[in-house]
Amino acid sequence: MSVLGALVAQNVAFGVIAAIMVFAAIRLVTTRNVVHAALFLVVTLGGVAALFLLMGAEFVGITQILVYIGAVVVLFLFGIMLTRTRIGDEEGTDHAHRLPAVLAAALVATVTIYAVVAGFGDAELPADTRTTTAEVADSIFSTYIVPFEAVSVLLLAALIGAIAVARRD
Amino acid sequence: MLLNQFLILSAVLFAIGVYGVLARRNGVLVLMSIELILNAVNINLVAFGSYVSSVSGEVFALFVITVAAAEVGVGLAILLLLYRNRRSVDLSEADLMKG
Repeated sequence: MSVLGALVAQNVAFGVIAAIMVFAAIRLVTTRNVVHAALFLVVTLGGVAALFLLMGAEFVGITQILVYIGAVVVLFLFGIMLTRTRIGDEEGTDHAHRLPAVLAAALVATVTIYAVVAGFGDAELPADTRTTTAEVADSIFSTYIVPFEAVSVLLLAALIGAIAVARRD
Repeated sequence: MLLNQFLILSAVLFAIGVYGVLARRNGVLVLMSIELILNAVNINLVAFGSYVSSVSGEVFALFVITVAAAEVGVGLAILLLLYRNRRSVDLSEADLMKG
């Protein structure tokens, strides 16, 4: 495929993924069915993984699928099952007055989009943005070894804390 | 590909997540919206990493994924405790510390 053809294909892929993600994200925050919200979360997180692969970040993309779609969403489904008595449409998932939330979200979107458009006008990503897993591993285990160890301990502490908080005594 | 298309998509997802956090009353749905926000940040990190041809953005995205997993674990444990004590995960009813 020519360079131009690859670029067009990348942009078409981005458009499709972005449209699906925005739709799923909006449904995620508006649906009244909690289980449907979890499934829309799967679609959105899958879209994020696809974007990572589109940007050539293979390891992060695979990790996204493993950790988020594999573990976090299952955790959410367990949370839904353990904290609810009824699966299905539910009253009281949202606040009665949603206008302040809409205004806050619109403000955040306006300011952020204005800032990135003003700051990065038409900056192009390099033609080849692929990075290999080996490069990521080299970086984690040399430059970022201290944060890596810290985050390992954090994960251990969080899991022990979760068990301690949730167990019945 | 333009850098901005990723940044703008990320900003839109972030704003949708902010709306979810503010508008939802069910604790599990609020946690899902927080996941949406963290993922929007991850898109930014990887996009900037690609932009400067550095692998650091990806490493930071991996750290964010780890912290998000820890956050969901602790958050759901707290919600479970809330449900066990009050028979509801409605966050507007959890007002014990309201002044």
